[in-house]
Amino acid sequence: MIELVSESRCIKCNICVNICPTNVFDRVADAPPTIARQSDCQTCYMCELYCPVDALYVAPESDVTASVNEAELVEVGLLGSYRENIGWGHKRTSTAKADQTFQILKQMK
Amino acid sequence: MLKTLTTDFELDLEADVLVIGGGPAGTWAAWSAASSGARVVLVDKGYCGTTGCAAASGNGVWYVPPDPEARETAKASRESLGGFLSDRSWMDRVLDQTYANVNQLAEWGYPFPTDDEGKPYRRSLQGPEYMRLMRRQIQRAGVKILDNSPALELLVDNDGAVAGATGVNRQTGEKWIVRSQSTIIATGGCAFLSKALGCNVLTGDGYLMAAEAGAEMSGMEFSNAYGISPAFSSVTKTLFYNWATFTYEDGTVIPGASSHRRSIIAETLLQQPVYAIIDKAAESMRPSMRLAQPNFFLPFDRAGIDPFTQRFPVTLRLEGTVRGTGGIRIVDESCASSVRGLYAAGDAATRELICGGFTGGGSHNAAWAISSGYWSGKSAAEYSRSLGEYKTQRLVLGVGEVGLQSGSDRSQPLATDEVIQAVQAEVFPYEKNYFRTEQGLTESLGKLNHLWQELRSSQVTSDKELIRAREAAAMVATARWMYSSAIERKETRGMHKHQDYPELDANQQHHLISGGLDQVWVKSQPLSIEKPLSKIGAAV
Repeated sequence: MIELVSESRCIKCNICVNICPTNVFDRVADAPPTIARQSDCQTCYMCELYCPVDALYVAPESDVTASVNEAELVEVGLLGSYRENIGWGHKRTSTAKADQTFQILKQMK
Repeated sequence: MLKTLTTDFELDLEADVLVIGGGPAGTWAAWSAASSGARVVLVDKGYCGTTGCAAASGNGVWYVPPDPEARETAKASRESLGGFLSDRSWMDRVLDQTYANVNQLAEWGYPFPTDDEGKPYRRSLQGPEYMRLMRRQIQRAGVKILDNSPALELLVDNDGAVAGATGVNRQTGEKWIVRSQSTIIATGGCAFLSKALGCNVLTGDGYLMAAEAGAEMSGMEFSNAYGISPAFSSVTKTLFYNWATFTYEDGTVIPGASSHRRSIIAETLLQQPVYAIIDKAAESMRPSMRLAQPNFFLPFDRAGIDPFTQRFPVTLRLEGTVRGTGGIRIVDESCASSVRGLYAAGDAATRELICGGFTGGGSHNAAWAISSGYWSGKSAAEYSRSLGEYKTQRLVLGVGEVGLQSGSDRSQPLATDEVIQAVQAEVFPYEKNYFRTEQGLTESLGKLNHLWQELRSSQVTSDKELIRAREAAAMVATARWMYSSAIERKETRGMHKHQDYPELDANQQHHLISGGLDQVWVKSQPLSIEKPLSKIGAAV
């Protein structure tokens, strides 16, 4: 579930509020959005993809909350890792072009 | 009172075509209607671009070049799996339309890869990229999008034809009404808030609204799809479990368990935890797997697990009718429902026509979303033109009931969360839904019917609760059509496994049509449906 809206990184664009499929966030005037309905989070990671500054972190646990530490996430390279993996973000190229599904399906038989 | 919903609106719009749902089917519908010259409004409960199960995922597509041999193989490959309920003429037209539209995606700039012979490879779509592109394309085509705006009920005119919908913006609380000549339901299937990847927006809302307007369902017994995911995670992606070994906790291999024989996994999970390890994937394949489905690895990387070398616990999450094949009954090639002015597309519509009683993630569903979306958009636009001036003069009425209207003045406040947990308790357990029995289904239906009565006689106390109350009602209604149909199909066919009737019965090679709200009904229908394009808009 969504566990972190980084105070230091968030630019208050509220894109996450707008794009979350299950309406987890609430916008707050002059402040980062709050995680208002955490239990509605479906752990789809879409908010992370749309966050332009890698301020969000979705923990992999989908049914229970997890505690996270921002500094540690940055250190191990997990903050923004999904966006990097699929090539979303400024000056990145979508990795859809490098999709190797055809290699996988060849092995299936 | 909440019924003022139909009289007091902050946003009042008119459209030729209203599309409800902003996933692949909804966006293709909106695009094709707008391209036919219609004024189109698309509303989504979430955000068009991230909503639905396709956006969050990697999607295989049933994309087969028009080579007779390849097409024949594609058609034949799944017929037995689907229990011989599919229709070859529908397969042909879906294959044709999907081929054309996926090529259209390439023209729009979707970054398809090339295979090792340097040819474009178009059988796989990365969800976030695909849906971002679709949003951009429909905006270019002039579609007006209302995000975060769930539809709550359909509008119907004096003759019973559907004439738009009303709903609410879940963030601002503003109520909206869209009066339209035709309406397309593209709200996806129902996964009962199981947290399967991207599926929690899929609560059967469209089925409920359609049924309230008089539409019928088909194939609701094919509603027990379960996807494999790590036990802690939402990522239900089954492809890579082809290379998995499934074991008990002590590491002993579970005999017969595989991604194709999920029932053995389900049986084991009833007794004890099940572990998996993707150890059959050759070292050389592993980088390709990461490039093919980056989000498969996301939960592992974050949990510090190497799925190729470390065992991890797995579970099966219900995907219900999302990767089942039931949905709103389609009566002709225009993707019309049995109600005038109402069309259905994607997972909200039955997919029995192309895959009978069995599907999986992506593939056929993705192809169906594209092609049924495209056809419903075109047909809805055509129907709307045929109405001419009459269109704006209609008196319309909202037809939503349960969750919107109170039963009486003495109604109890609705305990929505409890209703949702109660319906989940009937549809999640493998022993009830995966392995069905006459007795189990009957007991579940008793409880579900009781829940429906409870919803019927309860009152929603605030506008804020409206959306969840309607979702709860939709889930209960969906479960009742599912289990009522499952009881009628006294055999094992497609994904429907009936413990009391473990064999396929040649005498039951028919569709099961269902419907009704207070009184649920089921009847059988011979396989062939009306083949030629019926007169657009004619009620059937």
